[in-house]
Amino acid sequence: MNAFTALLKRDLLLAYRNRGELANPMLFFIIVVSLFPLAVSPDPSILEGMAAGVIWVAALLSTLLSIERIFRSDFDDGTLEQILLCPQPLPILMLAKVSAHWLVTGLPLIIVTPLLALLLHLPEGTLGILMLTLLLGTPVLSLVGAIGVALTVGLRRGGMLLTLLILPLYTPVLIFGANAVQAATMGLDVTGQIYLMSGLLVLSLTLAPLAIGSALRVSVS
Amino acid sequence: MLQWLHKLASPKIFYNLASRLIPWFGWSTLLLLVYGLYGGLIEAPADYQQGDSFRIMYIHVPAAWMSMFIYLVIAFHSAVFLIWKITISDILARVSALIGASFTFIALVTGCLWGKPMWGTYWIWDARLTSELLLLFIYLGYMGLGSAIEDRRVAARACALLAIVCVVIIPIIHYSVIWWNTLHQGSSVSVMNKSAIDTSMLIPLLVMAIAFKLFYVLVVLMRARTELLFQERKTNWVRKLIQEK
Repeated sequence: MNAFTALLKRDLLLAYRNRGELANPMLFFIIVVSLFPLAVSPDPSILEGMAAGVIWVAALLSTLLSIERIFRSDFDDGTLEQILLCPQPLPILMLAKVSAHWLVTGLPLIIVTPLLALLLHLPEGTLGILMLTLLLGTPVLSLVGAIGVALTVGLRRGGMLLTLLILPLYTPVLIFGANAVQAATMGLDVTGQIYLMSGLLVLSLTLAPLAIGSALRVSVS
Repeated sequence: MLQWLHKLASPKIFYNLASRLIPWFGWSTLLLLVYGLYGGLIEAPADYQQGDSFRIMYIHVPAAWMSMFIYLVIAFHSAVFLIWKITISDILARVSALIGASFTFIALVTGCLWGKPMWGTYWIWDARLTSELLLLFIYLGYMGLGSAIEDRRVAARACALLAIVCVVIIPIIHYSVIWWNTLHQGSSVSVMNKSAIDTSMLIPLLVMAIAFKLFYVLVVLMRARTELLFQERKTNWVRKLIQEK
């Protein structure tokens, strides 16, 4: 537990020291979302229908863009090897790394979502559901994405490959997340989707750290 | 049994066995393919609703079955490789990927061709089509990772790990896309219940399915043999083999 908090604190401190970079994923998120009205149509009745989907896709892309950095600098300066040599259980340490990443990049997305919902005319009353699904879904994106990063961290040009590896794996989160908001718009019950997303979160919280750990042991050797 | 399997894992014995098995698989594939295609394309009666266009099923359905079956084979061999470090398993998993991706592609293309006259469109965002497409992406990602990592041993372990991660996620993807309104018809072949398809149409289909399986084994053995020779090119038995030829 001590190792968990120590690593979490270190990563958060590092992120805080590079405040400039902190805002990038969030800005990317906002810009991608604001491109849709320009490209598709500024008509509120059309935007209303796609708002949830657009916000979810933008969140997914923004996570994809930021997740690559989760191990990059640690790999470059050798910290990652030291982490792997730690006597503490590796999955716990990986969980700390992913938590730090989510706090720095995932949480800000959720915080700016109300603003974007306003821009896209998201139907009233569904904002709560959208934020709840994002709250349940973005940690899954970070956890699953970290597995892909751990597999490709040793490669010089892993960027495109990373996209190919993890985007297909992101689809369940995207489907349930966007589907829940659409169902809520039509006044349907969304408990099912929320339970399924919670299930995905629990599953990835327990299994992904193990996979990240073993993937790093393969890549860093 | 275990001892026998252990022996089989030795590259030289595997190579010799594969060389002996290849003609057998080749001829039986050819025989069953000819029989299945004749039965399916000529002998089976035309469907009362779909006419002759249902005949694409004899390629489409076995290919779709194979696309999923091969992924399970890859995952199984990846687990064997990670646990027991058996090189043959790594080779079998890696050479299977391209074949699996090809079958997935064939299933998608034949499905599109069939969809145009039947549904009036080539592509529908239907649950099965979508999950098959995602499976193709996963195959491509798996192969991409394998070719991006230069060190062969690192690539083997990374691919094996990816295959196992994906095999956990694939059922989730599959069931999540079923959430949509499904246009694709339900499964017509079932082991437990009486099939919804007539026997005269079913038999060629099953023959084709077996033929596709045999074809897969044939291609895997051929590719694995080549890969094995390449990987073991510095060992004595391969040198001797080359000198003899």
